[in-house]
Amino acid sequence: MQEQLIARAKELLADGTVVRVLGWRKGDTDFSAEPAFFENGNGLDEFTYDGFCGANLSKYMIAASKLEGKTLVFLKPCDTYSFNQLIKEHRIDRDKAYIIGVGCDGKLDIEKIRSAGCKGITAVQEEADTLTVETVYGNKTIAREDAVLERCKACKGGKHVAYDELFEGCDEEKPAKEGRFELVEKLEAMDPKERFAFWQGELSRCIRCNACRNVCPACSCIKCVFDNDRYDTAQKANTTSFEEQMFHIIRAFHVAGRCTDCGECSRVCPQHIPLHLLNRKFIKDINEFYGEYQAGEDTDSRAPLTNFTTDDVEPGIVRERG
Amino acid sequence: MYKISKSKMPELLALIAGKMDLFLPVDNNGTVNFGLWTEDARVDLDTLKTVKSPKDAFFPQSEVLYSCYRKAKKTTIEPAALKDAPFAVFGVRPCDVRAFEVLDKVFLSEPADVYYAARREHGIVVSLACHEPEESCFCKVFGIDAAEPSADVAMWQTGEEYCWEAKTEKGENLTALVVSLLEACEDTQAVEEEKAKIRDLVDRMPNSHLSLEGWGQGKTKERFDDPRWKELSDACLGCGTCTFSCPTCQCYDIKDFNTGNGVQRYRCWDSCMYSDFTMMAGGNNRTTQMQRFRQRFMHKLVYFPDNNDGMYSCVGCGRCVEKCPQSLNIVKVIKRMGGTK
Repeated sequence: MQEQLIARAKELLADGTVVRVLGWRKGDTDFSAEPAFFENGNGLDEFTYDGFCGANLSKYMIAASKLEGKTLVFLKPCDTYSFNQLIKEHRIDRDKAYIIGVGCDGKLDIEKIRSAGCKGITAVQEEADTLTVETVYGNKTIAREDAVLERCKACKGGKHVAYDELFEGCDEEKPAKEGRFELVEKLEAMDPKERFAFWQGELSRCIRCNACRNVCPACSCIKCVFDNDRYDTAQKANTTSFEEQMFHIIRAFHVAGRCTDCGECSRVCPQHIPLHLLNRKFIKDINEFYGEYQAGEDTDSRAPLTNFTTDDVEPGIVRERG
Repeated sequence: MYKISKSKMPELLALIAGKMDLFLPVDNNGTVNFGLWTEDARVDLDTLKTVKSPKDAFFPQSEVLYSCYRKAKKTTIEPAALKDAPFAVFGVRPCDVRAFEVLDKVFLSEPADVYYAARREHGIVVSLACHEPEESCFCKVFGIDAAEPSADVAMWQTGEEYCWEAKTEKGENLTALVVSLLEACEDTQAVEEEKAKIRDLVDRMPNSHLSLEGWGQGKTKERFDDPRWKELSDACLGCGTCTFSCPTCQCYDIKDFNTGNGVQRYRCWDSCMYSDFTMMAGGNNRTTQMQRFRQRFMHKLVYFPDNNDGMYSCVGCGRCVEKCPQSLNIVKVIKRMGGTK
């Protein structure tokens, strides 16, 4: 498949459709592919699309939209929701993108493989439902299912909502996975003290590296309020434990109604904070108050939180729900 | 040399913690970091790499330098108290021990940083050799021996026991404190076997034989304008994961926190990946992520050696290798731009 993707990219470069490719470059190991621009197709032989290409490339299209010429970008089904949302927010230029939709069976998380007890990993081989992990300490077999990224456990399904062409192997009919809000419901069922303790335990690990914000396709402000040193809001580290909670909650509010639940925040968190749960709580509430809504599903509808209808819930709902 | 069985370790830790602050790897919901010992802390001496390095013990991510406040029309300025009692940092890996030596070059050179110096004076480092090295490790490249920690006390895991050896006067003092729980051990065969095993494992790690050709002292001109910086940094998010997990990154910012009736002046780690790093009245001398990215690696692999007799400010702990959200890291930089692949 790799060779065919490279061949197709070369065709599009040769006929002048695009001038660069945005994809993934092979890493120095089986599990370290990195997002990469291939300007004029240079270095395309190092292109890869494998189980570890979890990174969502949509946000890089903000930068690519400012460059001369079209960029060929490879998007997985869930990445296309982020792409659409960025179009809706006028952050990327659709005319600057040529999208090839690529299929996805769930992407792998090397951290999960490590926590399954694999140390000194030298190779990871995928075979259908199992992974063979070769290590300096011997080989280990683990179920693929146990090694997929958290977001893939709540997969939105195989449908690409934006593309110019679909590559073979796409399964547009693949259904979404059930149980996306299970953990949110569990948190809702807690009493406030217990819930506070849960989030305090999780957020106290935050090191303010800003990886969640920087990777987030919904966090596309040119200058983030937390970077703006003209005001008191700029922070590189917490001065009290309250502030670190504030950062994540402010961020969750800011992306509410725009977050497509791409799960990049939780993928990149070095401290394994389940940040996606904050966003999913907002999504669940929006679904309940305004009807089912999936950010990024289209590029032109009005989003519930930026729209007004006479059927909207009244603010009193907050008190009613307790 | 002494030894202690694994089952007695909690007792030993409690004994130390009864006398002084004790920092050690603690598990918080599956994520292990250095933290203060408490009775219910889930101590984890098996995890090789904490997410953050133990540098917090000497150079905390955030610390108040002094506080000012106004009361009854009088302004008071109170400097933060310097560390003045012994404390222990336990379970530090050999690469992180070397990282303290890198930090010493920065903070103990005149004019010495008094906050750091006070902590270094009172801190006792107990190191643990790397029983099971991992693929992201490349300490050997920088001449570090994962089997032979150079701390105040060195420990080795040998079966169901830990061997314990004091290496300095501070280490002797700590040993005296806990000697009632230790068992004298004249036979060093188990430790020697463990050392040999560690060295063999390290030797088989994929990055243990990286070539540093093209890096080090005097390479500024050769490396600075290399066109590969751009492709290497294209995907960089500009987050601080690499710098904040790094045991040797030492840059900090100083800020004021408005407490309502005064100001807390504090310093916190800064990151050369951040857009306002080294921002001055006249603007910023690095305006692109490529420049910021280049700065980080040039600092570790060229500028620092230039200013410190060839000492690299990377110790090969591999945290950034494991943690970079987009899989960019110093190993890739060394491989792609150095002499060998």
